[in-house]
Amino acid sequence: MGRLFAIEIIYRGIFQKTLATRLSRSIVLAAHQEGKMGISFGRYGDSPERNGIPAKNFAIVATDEQTLQEGMAKYEPKQVDVTIAVDDTLCKGVESWAWYGLQPVNRLLKPGGTLIVTSREGPDAIIAMAHRKETPYNLAIVKGTVSFSGLWVYKDDHTDVRILGAIAKVLPDLFSLTSVQKVIMDQWKDAIKAESAARAYERIGTTTVRTDQGNPEVPYKFDFPKWHEMGEGIAIPSIPAGRNMEDPVSHVHGGFQPDRNPTFKKFSTRTMRPVVNFDTCIKCTLCWLHCPDSCFDVTPEGLYDANMQACCGCGVCEAVCPVKECVTMVNETEFGDNASQWEAWRNDKEGYQAWLAKKIESHPERSHGFRYRGQYEEQVPEMLEIARKG
Amino acid sequence: MATLAAVEEPRKTEETALITGSEAIAVACKLADVDVITAYPIRPYDTVMQYVCKLVSNGEMDCEYIVAEGEHSQFEIVKHASAAGARVFCGSSGVGWMYAMEALTVTPALRIPMIAMVGNRALDDPGAFGVEHNDALTVRDLGWQLVWVDNAQEALDTALIAYRVAEDRRIFLPCAISCDGAFLTHSQALVKIPSQEKVNEFLPPYNRGDLLLHPDNPITVAPQGNEDWVMEIRRQNYAAMERAHGVIVEAYADFERIFGRSYGNPFFEEYMTDDADIVLMGMGTLSISVKVAIRQMRREGKKVGFVRMRWFRPFAAEELAKSLQRFEAIGVIDRDYSFGSPYLGGVLAGEIRHALYPGAGKKPPVLDFICGLGGREVTVPDVQKMADSVYHAADGKAQPLTQWIGLRE
Repeated sequence: MGRLFAIEIIYRGIFQKTLATRLSRSIVLAAHQEGKMGISFGRYGDSPERNGIPAKNFAIVATDEQTLQEGMAKYEPKQVDVTIAVDDTLCKGVESWAWYGLQPVNRLLKPGGTLIVTSREGPDAIIAMAHRKETPYNLAIVKGTVSFSGLWVYKDDHTDVRILGAIAKVLPDLFSLTSVQKVIMDQWKDAIKAESAARAYERIGTTTVRTDQGNPEVPYKFDFPKWHEMGEGIAIPSIPAGRNMEDPVSHVHGGFQPDRNPTFKKFSTRTMRPVVNFDTCIKCTLCWLHCPDSCFDVTPEGLYDANMQACCGCGVCEAVCPVKECVTMVNETEFGDNASQWEAWRNDKEGYQAWLAKKIESHPERSHGFRYRGQYEEQVPEMLEIARKG
Repeated sequence: MATLAAVEEPRKTEETALITGSEAIAVACKLADVDVITAYPIRPYDTVMQYVCKLVSNGEMDCEYIVAEGEHSQFEIVKHASAAGARVFCGSSGVGWMYAMEALTVTPALRIPMIAMVGNRALDDPGAFGVEHNDALTVRDLGWQLVWVDNAQEALDTALIAYRVAEDRRIFLPCAISCDGAFLTHSQALVKIPSQEKVNEFLPPYNRGDLLLHPDNPITVAPQGNEDWVMEIRRQNYAAMERAHGVIVEAYADFERIFGRSYGNPFFEEYMTDDADIVLMGMGTLSISVKVAIRQMRREGKKVGFVRMRWFRPFAAEELAKSLQRFEAIGVIDRDYSFGSPYLGGVLAGEIRHALYPGAGKKPPVLDFICGLGGREVTVPDVQKMADSVYHAADGKAQPLTQWIGLRE
């Protein structure tokens, strides 16, 4: 029995699909340089992809054919040597649209395996976002702006080759830097890319994450019913209607909070979240009307509270809001929980305004997809500079 | 004199590429120099049309590439193109294949050697994308040749073989290559791509001969016929399918001679059967879990073998019956269903029992396992559970003839 390697790439659907495919393919090709064999595939349950929803690609590599079959006998590996999260906000948890509940980003990591994250944050921020794990693991950060692009285009900012360089360092038994560089030259004939891989290889450092570090919450899960417990005719009960909200200060009941699916929440799709200035809101209803996920709860006084259990972070509310800085999209890494903004505002309006001002300061430091013409021309040179200088 | 760009010589060497099963079939289309390809998207088949499209766009492949407005037209267009002498390719999945059903029924009747890829997908509802074999099996009675493959290399090789067999004047019947959705269509593996030279040696040009629809060969195809004609027409198709067995054997022998890659018995693969007490059977990619499970069971002293069906039509009943009589009991894994069928089993198990019935000699008990529907994994523990039940049957302990494995119950 030879050795089996499994690598998963967790990415944002559509925006990072090409990036993830290039990574899993290049992993197999680099290992093949050293006589290993392998397969590369995306998790079929994630498809068809939706904008930003967490999705996975896998590379399964083995030293011989029979061992590879052992790896292929399980469609999704139960354990991986390396998990790559190509967006740091994925560290908050991964909920596929195939309805598996919320899974910790580090769930499949073997004891002592490595989580590679692309981020501008430091290890403390990343560790705080990820759920606690029962065994220690290593964290390696590839420094840089998270790479997002569209489905049919690819933003060539060297994120892929820098991650490949990092893998060669953290899992040298899989492949060497030389093999990575060979594959880069074979595929893309770009010496600067090969150089970026080498720099990442030299610079990458790891931090050990202890079992007492990380988010202590138990992620919500979903238990599938047995065949005879399910309704016949592929008919499922609808989500019940909603209820009044209660004001945390006056205890007045009013407004409307829709009931939501308790086991399919979709908020792990979010990379930015709206923060709402309730003091300047003119109750025009546009955010509530346009939200594609019905995530706005109507408060007893007729304000609109974006419910963070339901918000996918699409930014439509910010786009339609007619009041300046009443709804502002802020990097999801700035938040540690999904608590109600409206309740915080009701309890302490001055404190809330100070909190709000501080959050808005970090806007806009990220974007998903393609937002404006010339965006890539701005972002790619920045990333290449980071790849060069670190 | 201006220097002309060098015309690329046909590739003379074999190359290795990291491609999916679907991409492997697209590469086979390129190597076979297919003339007309029609497309209509449905996953998992759409991965083939996307890759063909890429090859055409990149100037690597020259063909008429037509995106139809639905699967029915998709299959009708290539049917007509084939009648006019074009080598054709198309494909679909699940309910897309069903939507084309009327075109699928007339294709073998007109003796059209169409090659189609079926990316096996559960039929709707509930709109799952995962593998189930019922889609391809719906044409099993119509004159379509049906073959299942379990890896990307076999997909490429079988596509070349399928052209060779289907376009043989003795046959002229369509052939569907079944590829399990996800496990094969969406998984990239290292595939050896043969040289163009060798493909040209293996695969002669399509020659429709006396059946060519062309002004120089005035014929009418598919005039109205009544009860005075139908039985004789059906008997001709019966004869062509009867001949297919021998032509397939010839094609595989030639394939091995030219490409140096052997598939042994073309119709079914036997794995660790030489000393086996019992065997499991199945089609497609579930073979991987079964083989891994068999290696584990053999370490525990259980002599289990595996027979993987490749060609379902034509069905090599005599060879299969002869082989299966060696075993104490047989477990058939059906990635399909046939509600209300004999013993409420799946399609493959029914065919296996049928194949065993007329022959002389031992008739080992045949158990049926419905497993892996809608893309659910057939796991190694699932396979062990099935093998245990087959062992009990071999020991004469009564077992349910049809069992659902991997079901939440």
